[in-house]
Amino acid sequence: MTELLHRSPTAAPDAARVRLAAERVRLAYDENVVVDDLDLELAEGSFTAIVGPNGCGKSTLLRALGRLLRPTSGQVLLDGRAIAKTPTREVAKVLGLLPQTPVAPEGLTVADLVARGRHPHQNWLRQWSRDDEAVVAEALSWTSMTDLAGRPVDELSGGQRQRAWISMALAQGTDLLLLDEPTTYLDLSHQIDVLDLVARLHAERGRTVVVVLHDLNLAARYAQRLVAMKDGALVASGSPAEVLTEQLLAEVFELEARVLPDPVSGTPMVVPVRRLR
Amino acid sequence: MSVAAPARPEPAAGPVRAGRPVRVGPVSGLLRWRDVAVPAVAFAVLVLAAALSIGRGDYPIGLGEVLRTLVGLGEQTQEFVVLQLRAPRVVVGALVGLALGVSGALFQTFARNPLAAPDTLGITTGASVGAVAAIVLSGGTSTGAILGGLGVPVAALLGALATGALLFGLAWRTGIDGYRLVLVGIALWSVGAALVDWLLTRAEIHDAASAYVWITGSLNARTWDDVVPLGLAVAVLLPLALAAGRVLGVLQFGDDTARGLGVRLTGAQTAVVLLAVCLVAFAVSAAGPITFVALVVPQIAVRLTGGSRPPLLAAGLLGALLVVGADLVTRTVLPQALPVGILTAVIGAPYLLWLLVRGRRRSTV
Repeated sequence: MTELLHRSPTAAPDAARVRLAAERVRLAYDENVVVDDLDLELAEGSFTAIVGPNGCGKSTLLRALGRLLRPTSGQVLLDGRAIAKTPTREVAKVLGLLPQTPVAPEGLTVADLVARGRHPHQNWLRQWSRDDEAVVAEALSWTSMTDLAGRPVDELSGGQRQRAWISMALAQGTDLLLLDEPTTYLDLSHQIDVLDLVARLHAERGRTVVVVLHDLNLAARYAQRLVAMKDGALVASGSPAEVLTEQLLAEVFELEARVLPDPVSGTPMVVPVRRLR
Repeated sequence: MSVAAPARPEPAAGPVRAGRPVRVGPVSGLLRWRDVAVPAVAFAVLVLAAALSIGRGDYPIGLGEVLRTLVGLGEQTQEFVVLQLRAPRVVVGALVGLALGVSGALFQTFARNPLAAPDTLGITTGASVGAVAAIVLSGGTSTGAILGGLGVPVAALLGALATGALLFGLAWRTGIDGYRLVLVGIALWSVGAALVDWLLTRAEIHDAASAYVWITGSLNARTWDDVVPLGLAVAVLLPLALAAGRVLGVLQFGDDTARGLGVRLTGAQTAVVLLAVCLVAFAVSAAGPITFVALVVPQIAVRLTGGSRPPLLAAGLLGALLVVGADLVTRTVLPQALPVGILTAVIGAPYLLWLLVRGRRRSTV
């Protein structure tokens, strides 16, 4: 089959190689500066969760990392090269992204949706190669969507729909995957289902994952590294145990909370007490 | 209540396809049978309707005779009537319908809104402003004389292109947003309609009458001279539009996803809007604003093919069929020959309503 899907997580000779980096970026919508002078490096094979209160700029940062938003100053580097100067199609072969609430046109089937993930690998002549077909079939089966392949996306449940989009991202065959709050609007069991899938993409497929998450306990459980943001600045970065302290919760989330070990995974677990003013 | 999909991966249950893969050398694609069948049937019916239409008139010619003449086996007198007198009308009708159908499909897919069409976006009204100004003002002011000198088709073409440019300029911010495009278009449409009304109230009565016929959209008295510019435009623009189809399928997902999949958004959006505006400008310039075709035909086409967006080729051929068919009906069934534009709405709208009532699709594209 194709090499695009079969990538060993240990194959990278240098595990610490930086794949994606923000260098002193300032991000703004019109005049409104959301993120200022921020540096962030994301290493090959890492699983990073960006956390922070509403409006702290975490989704904005993710958009900039995915070249959806051009920094007003500073730059984003993909494999050492300025992402803004790299042809967007070349970027799309390396970096995949799942927006917060992606829209699928009415009547589009799951198979069609996942097939569109091959767009950056296709051209005017080659629109459905054997590779495309094999990759799409495998992406569907890997996300357990094969049985639903013929169903319209708009008829799926929220959890199934998110799986379909992840399946499309898988078919795109990128090393890096950026997800913006992939668990929004899902009930807890489907949140776990989606994050398990993302964790498998990381563990079994060697994807470098960056995810914006609201739920701190889930972020601590799934991610190797947490990045905490407040007011457009990076406040803390490190392992979940290093970042999720009672002091940080007070500072970043204005929350008085206890941090206990999660009885299931041993990762830090936040038990809120009250909001601080 | 939703049921979680099983968490464990299953072995692939054979290839899953959205259609039949076709591969010839380096060329490959997915072919859905309805994407082939609908245009094929539409084309066959179009040829039939065209031949019937050519046969109608003060000197009736049978269907078989018409077809024989078209392939070059007819008598000389019939050849003159068929090829010189009657064929241009049908060819203009078919090309106009084709251009309108494709243009509507481009607009609706791009804006993700079935209300987006050259009619609602004010482009056909812009053409009307140009044409009516040329008809009404040609006797009076110096600008009017210039417009009149250009001739009605050119004035209409310029009106449509100018409105398209305005639409593009006003809807543009960092890119083009579908909703904004529709809102700006509706504003331009009402301004254009007011201008046309104003021109008509100022006009001499015979000028107003001929302007009014033009506004309704008519195929009367077309010659090969009308075919040439439209035919050339379609020959250039249609292949480009079909080539844009691949990007349209991704643009449909919204800006972020499309860029994530490697689409150069600004370039793609500009190309799509430009193609759609040019197609409709040439169509309207040749036959007047034949209403409703661009709005309704893409929606009919997507319901017949069952895909996720209006198919360009099917929309084009169904548009051609609607215009030629409507023209045929106005000239045979109705007591007096009405302008074709009246009937396209009368045929097209109920058919769309029937498809809407029957189908389970909502209204989005």
